[in-house]
Amino acid sequence: MSALLQIQEVSKAFGGVQAVNRVSLDVHEGDLMSVIGPNGAGKTSLLNMISGFYHPDSGRILLDGADVTQTAPSRIAERGVARTFQNIALFRGMTVLDNLMLGRHVHMKTGVLGAFVYWGLAQREEVKHRQRVEDIIDFLRIQDLRRRPTGSLAYGLQKRVELGRALALDPKVLLLDEPMGGCNHEEKEDMARFILDVNEEWGTTVILIEHDMGVVMDISDRVAVLDMGAKIAEGTPDEVRANPQVIKAYLGDPKGAPTEQPRG
Amino acid sequence: MAETLTLPRYLLRNAQQHADRPAIREKDRGIWQTYTWREYHDHVRAIALGLAALGFARGDKLSVIGDNRPRLYWAQVAAMCLGGVSVPVYQDAIAKELAYVLDHAEVAVIVAEDQEQVDKILALKDRLPALRVLVFEDARGMTHYKFPWLHPLAELEELGRRFGTEHPGYFEAEIDRGRPEDLALIAYTSGTTGNPKGAMLTHANMVGTGQTLIRSEDIRLDDNWLAYLPMAWVGDSLYTLVINLMVGFAVNCPESPETVQRDLRELGPTSVLAPPRIWENMLTSVQVRAADAAGLKRRVFETFRAVAERAEIARAEGKPVSLGVRLMLRLGEFFVYGPVRDQLGLGRARWAYTGGAPLGPDTFRFFRAFGVNLKQVYGSTESTGLVSLQPDAEANPTTAGRPCPGIDVKIGERGEVLVKSAGIFKGYFKNDEATREVIDAEGWFHTGDAGFVDPRGHLVIIDRAKDVGALRDGTAFAPQFIENKLKFSPYIREAVAFGHERPFVTAMVAIDPNTVGSWAERRGLAYTSYTDLSQKAEVRNLIREEIRRGNETLPDAQKLRRFLLLTKDLEADDAEMTRTRKVRRRYVAEKYAPVIEAFYTGGATVELTTAITYEDGRQGTLRSTVHIEDVEEVAAHV
Repeated sequence: MSALLQIQEVSKAFGGVQAVNRVSLDVHEGDLMSVIGPNGAGKTSLLNMISGFYHPDSGRILLDGADVTQTAPSRIAERGVARTFQNIALFRGMTVLDNLMLGRHVHMKTGVLGAFVYWGLAQREEVKHRQRVEDIIDFLRIQDLRRRPTGSLAYGLQKRVELGRALALDPKVLLLDEPMGGCNHEEKEDMARFILDVNEEWGTTVILIEHDMGVVMDISDRVAVLDMGAKIAEGTPDEVRANPQVIKAYLGDPKGAPTEQPRG
Repeated sequence: MAETLTLPRYLLRNAQQHADRPAIREKDRGIWQTYTWREYHDHVRAIALGLAALGFARGDKLSVIGDNRPRLYWAQVAAMCLGGVSVPVYQDAIAKELAYVLDHAEVAVIVAEDQEQVDKILALKDRLPALRVLVFEDARGMTHYKFPWLHPLAELEELGRRFGTEHPGYFEAEIDRGRPEDLALIAYTSGTTGNPKGAMLTHANMVGTGQTLIRSEDIRLDDNWLAYLPMAWVGDSLYTLVINLMVGFAVNCPESPETVQRDLRELGPTSVLAPPRIWENMLTSVQVRAADAAGLKRRVFETFRAVAERAEIARAEGKPVSLGVRLMLRLGEFFVYGPVRDQLGLGRARWAYTGGAPLGPDTFRFFRAFGVNLKQVYGSTESTGLVSLQPDAEANPTTAGRPCPGIDVKIGERGEVLVKSAGIFKGYFKNDEATREVIDAEGWFHTGDAGFVDPRGHLVIIDRAKDVGALRDGTAFAPQFIENKLKFSPYIREAVAFGHERPFVTAMVAIDPNTVGSWAERRGLAYTSYTDLSQKAEVRNLIREEIRRGNETLPDAQKLRRFLLLTKDLEADDAEMTRTRKVRRRYVAEKYAPVIEAFYTGGATVELTTAITYEDGRQGTLRSTVHIEDVEEVAAHV
């Protein structure tokens, strides 16, 4: 069976900086794949190419067998790829509920006119979407936050809402860019639990960028390591942990395993 | 009076007489989902038969662990239908406590709410030899949990329905075999000393106490109560499970512990039972909001509050209330009291109870003044949660109310309150020695509370009998009495007073991080953590002023002279309090022995080392130098 997401030899340069250099990666349906690497290794750039924010200079990206290398981000979202951002990108003045409902946008069929009339089709549609959003609220245990403006929430909770917004898309592939960055220990544990549950219960394929090695090694099926734009290793957490090149990239020292990276 | 029934018989009656009336609701996906008595009965039947199919026998113990959920109540009733015993446990208990109770009670079946609780049980499985079946309600996160003895509740019900088809009449026959004197519940008392003890309550205990309460209050079929108190607390069993079955009105389970305040408001229950801590929190939230409000609003609130409290004091003393004041109260009802009650979810409550511990008179007066029919109720696990309560017209902050009809109360040696009633428990499970200590030959239950009966016939509780001591000069010293004075301050969350066989009274105080935090923010005072906040000079001054105010109402000898602010709140996880948040005085005194020494040797600072226990049982320590504060005027005075 061919992989759900095939990244083939993609490269991306910004001016003279080669951010991503001929990286290939296969992500199978139901995988929980982590991409790790030192700061500036090209992780976020890779994610941006998958979600269509950047288009690679060379190489191809196939989603479900279809070439999406040059596809616009909105089209890629419609194909079932959702993401969260390293720096939270929510509508701060809107409530949690509205932010999540907005995440259902790609599934909404009612036009402006229909929405204006509201009763009938548009109402039924709203109820259907609200139901899905309530599932997510229940899943993320944020029942008490429905009516709170997201801007007023603690950072860790905003991260959780952002995950909810991505989930509202009913994605096949979920791209998470440092979902635990800036979170405290408890928030990290909760987030790890949610990611695992999304992956296991809903079968959603997850690509995770994360700095916390403990979490990555705990929850990932596979780990890919980037350094200076190139993929230097890929495998199960144990294989990666033992890989001398990985150890070198992280510690510049052949002894010891990768530990938590200081945030730069 | 009709013969005493078992609880399952009430279920059968409700399923016939009130089949389509709402029995229990739960808020799910933001919507209140209603289950009728027919559905309640059908679920209980399916669960019971499912348990029977798995070999659950008469006398077996079933434990539920989780937040208040209809299915967890059903599971308890299902066990009782089969002649089994329900052993609800605290959902936030740490592993060690949980293991002790589940093992000691020989629990055979556990019904857990979700993965969090299942994980706890799985970790303890080896220490629970009697455990045969673990059932869970919410399957989320457990796709890969494969054990032959682990079942989703839906599967158990399915199994039960099949078993029912194969064994018609089984369920009804089992209920028929039930006798009022059968055990229904073992409620573990958190106990301020030593291991928890399991109080065995029979159907007769629970139904008898239920009848007493129903006779004392006007409880109606169309009532709505909120089930939000821990299921392991006897008050919830009596209030939510027993009275619900006996009367047939609807109880409502909140969406999550965090949404209780909102759910309370949405629902507007017709009666509310809450421990003092919740009343104190409610008052604190009102005070904080009033303090944060704009000038005019704040003045309106304060003016009407003062009027209401003065009128309440006059009323309590039987003095007439002038026409002007009555007019103001009318206005206030419209502008302030009504809206505040509505905000708190007390708009429709015909009466409200406070119990479990004494409530500060000022807090009590506030709610009475604002039109909440707040009354004191007194009881304990061993008396199925009810000994005395205050009739509407006799509500007051100092007494525990009149002993309920059918409940005999007398004062024993050393002022100890003794009780005899239908609700007095059968004994502690597997602990005859402890049982003999508290139930004497004539059947009187020794409550361990010191108290007296006032001329009106109301019971007054002073303190735990064993805690009442004396200062060195012989002045009586009741620590709880002083602590309650302190705790009325919105800035003080917890206090522990010392003074037995000491020259004067001292206290350790834990600040309320919410109120003190917002107080600090308003003053532009930066802080990083609870520890940091608690040791700010400004905060120490703030608390000193609060203590001075509390001291005003105390006799000179009992005035608090020295105190310190703790660097963390007292926690049940650290064994400093019980799960129902009563201070475990002896333990605290041992743990903080150096602090107490420093109080009386006159030191200005003390090295405070506190151990912190995380929910998974890991330990951490917090070490800091803490200032001991003098309350000068008093020190000079004595």
